[in-house]
Amino acid sequence: MTNGAVLILGARSDIGLAIAHKFAKDGHPVQLALRDPAQLETAQKDLNLRYNVPVTLHAFDALAVDTHAAFIDELPKLPQIAVCAVGLMGDQIENEQDVTAAVTVMRSNYEGPASILALLANRFDQRGSGQIVGISSVAGLRGRATNYVYGSAKAGFTAFLSGLRNRMASRNVHVLTVLPGFVATRMTEGMDLPARLTAAPEEVAQAIARGLNKGRNVIYVRSIWRLIMTIIVLIPETIFKKLRI
Amino acid sequence: MTLAGWGRFPVFPGTTEAPRNEAELCTIVADQVVIARGNGRAYGDSAIGSDKTISMRHFNHMLAFDANLGVLVAEAGVLLADVISTFLPRGWFPAVTPGTKFVTLGGMIAADVHGKNHHKEGSFGACVDWIDVITPGGTIERCSRQENAELFNWTIGGMGLTGIILRAALRLRPVQSAWIRQTLHPLHNLDAALDAFETTQDATYSVAWIDCLSQGESLGRSLLMLGEHATGAELTGDRARYPFETPRKRKLSVPFDCPARMLNSLSVRTFNGLYYWNGSRQRGETLVDWDSYFYPLDAILGWNRIYGRKGFIQFQCVLPLEQSKAGLTALLQATSAAKAGSFLAVLKRFGLQDSAFSFPMLGYTLALDFPVNQRTLSLMTQLDRITIEHGGRFYLAKDSRMPADTLHRSDPRATAFATHREASGLSGSFRSKQSERLCL
Ligand SMILES: Cc1cc2nc3c(=O)[nH]c(=O)nc-3n(C[C@H](O)[C@H](O)[C@H](O)COP(=O)(O)OP(=O)(O)OC[C@H]3O[C@@H](n4cnc5c(N)ncnc54)[C@H](O)[C@@H]3O)c2cc1C
Ligand SMILES: NC(=O)c1ccc[n+]([C@@H]2O[C@H](COP(=O)([O-])OP(=O)(O)OC[C@H]3O[C@@H](n4cnc5c(N)ncnc54)[C@H](OP(=O)(O)O)[C@@H]3O)[C@@H](O)[C@H]2O)c1
Repeated sequence: MTNGAVLILGARSDIGLAIAHKFAKDGHPVQLALRDPAQLETAQKDLNLRYNVPVTLHAFDALAVDTHAAFIDELPKLPQIAVCAVGLMGDQIENEQDVTAAVTVMRSNYEGPASILALLANRFDQRGSGQIVGISSVAGLRGRATNYVYGSAKAGFTAFLSGLRNRMASRNVHVLTVLPGFVATRMTEGMDLPARLTAAPEEVAQAIARGLNKGRNVIYVRSIWRLIMTIIVLIPETIFKKLRI
Repeated sequence: MTLAGWGRFPVFPGTTEAPRNEAELCTIVADQVVIARGNGRAYGDSAIGSDKTISMRHFNHMLAFDANLGVLVAEAGVLLADVISTFLPRGWFPAVTPGTKFVTLGGMIAADVHGKNHHKEGSFGACVDWIDVITPGGTIERCSRQENAELFNWTIGGMGLTGIILRAALRLRPVQSAWIRQTLHPLHNLDAALDAFETTQDATYSVAWIDCLSQGESLGRSLLMLGEHATGAELTGDRARYPFETPRKRKLSVPFDCPARMLNSLSVRTFNGLYYWNGSRQRGETLVDWDSYFYPLDAILGWNRIYGRKGFIQFQCVLPLEQSKAGLTALLQATSAAKAGSFLAVLKRFGLQDSAFSFPMLGYTLALDFPVNQRTLSLMTQLDRITIEHGGRFYLAKDSRMPADTLHRSDPRATAFATHREASGLSGSFRSKQSERLCL
């Protein structure tokens, strides 16, 4: 097998699974990490049958940061590519009232993902190669009333990825930041999303594979989002604070 | 949000619910009146619930494959396209396939679909070993020809009305390459076409296109297409070296609603081109890749939009062998007289079929596409009558408008099915817009 193994953290997510399909199809062994591995036993059989590559399941909790080092040690092999799709949207209104809920959202989108990727980056650095993909969000580019708890944690994660990329730039370890706009997944199921702005999980997976191939640093999946976010970021705060978007 | 079938007619308000695991799915079935939806390729309202429509899209896992017997166990939402892309490179092809690969295993079992090899190898049900069905109350029942045979028999061809198919085991056919050896036979009228079908019964695949504009002496002018899987020895060069590789094709898509005239003039020109080209020279064999041979329309994504906003309907009936010539003549005459905008029809010989409620029977099946309008709807009524007069029946996977009375008069099995559904408590759990319209 010439293609390196791909570790997917948060593999049960629709985006994570689509990424597993994409890389398995391209001939990479895939390591699926999620809280409850039993949930992906059927998917494991399916991926293995379809693409004829090794597919392994690994228990992983992003919030249990003190288990992260052992988690990496127990992988069948240090992966060549690590993708973090872990995330938690939460409920903004609830997060405003319930500190515990808000902290879980903050930790699930920032602390947990940053912790595991930091450890993986060090191992990749020691080995002298590796690619890291962090799935953050456009929600992290500017805090909005409708989801700023989630957004602020994603902002932290985006900054973390950018710093990590900067640090690793001379070390043959590449970091790709993914800022998807809307994606039709379990997270957004039931929401009324505009079709033109909404990507399918498979599109995210394609964009990531392409982004890695081309050595891109930050991708938006649907390019219209780059434009939208440029405008949103440019709106003066005095005006922005009165908007409901 | 609205729901419709492939013909985009009729349209109903509503959305689908897409459970993600067995437990969720079983709970929904236990509590509600539902119908399963595969990939929505049935033309009309078969896959639209009277109450709730359950999308099977998350049940898309392949579970096991026995490489000695070619038996695949997979969930019902798996697409035929995925089965082919997974197993053709390993030397296996679906034993029976409809004219599009964008259908699910569940949809193919529920409609008991037929392919170009029906005359020889029967319908899809023939390659199904067993099925797991979710029945009223939300329990999963395994059924096969030996075990729970009544459920098995009604489920194949039962249009989702016996329960939700969860997974199935099916036998694939071994093939030596991804190529089909095709021969084309131009036939100057219906008599010639029927004779040609009868004398080519040995061909694995056969189907004919009929030029619906031809009249009088040339009524039923057609192009018969025969096909065989090419063996390794029949290939040369790179095709022999890499027998399962075929050229990558560009996908076209239809971005917006455009007039049916475009598709029709294109298809008529293609027809005429092939007809005269083949008529004027020694008929040769050509090698065609599997995708172009079985799924020519799949290369044009969203081609159903070509018929415009109002959508289109397909008329498909089957006539018993002895009545075929008279019935087909009457159907083609009525169609050509109505000038209703159907330019090409598809004709296919069926072999023997013995099943509880499946569409095929020994005889000939004819399929015609029409844009939806008043004129074509009244033509349909006329075609219905001609079919019934000649002892024929109708394909529910294509139906979107037939009155209940037409179905029940054409096919006594419909009443038997409705009675069975009532007696087994199925009608209280599984109902589609179609089953309501047709009193099933
Ligand atoms: C271009 C084109 C060419 C075609 N050519 C042919 C052909 O050559 N021969 C042929 O026979 N048919 C043909 N068809 C029809 C098509 O094969 C059938 O309508 C098939 O049932 C569609 O499968 P689907 O997964 O899209 O099912 P849907 O359209 O979603 O559903 C069809 C029926 O199956 C039921 N169903 C779906 N999934 C399940 C499940 N899991 N459990 C229980 N019931 C279920 C639905 O309730 C519904 O009654 C063609 C259709 C098109 C669009
Ligand atoms: N959908 C969108 O519109 C959108 C837009 C921008 C960015 N994103 C990001 O894309 C990523 C994937 O999300 P998705 O849309 O596919 O939604 P999703 O299905 O809700 O995925 C989130 C995943 O995160 C996992 N997760 C949450 N907390 C975890 C923890 N403590 N430990 C381990 N795993 C944990 C969940 O695991 P379980 O399976 O165990 O619950 C789940 O699989 C997320 O980072 C999300 O923020 C999504």
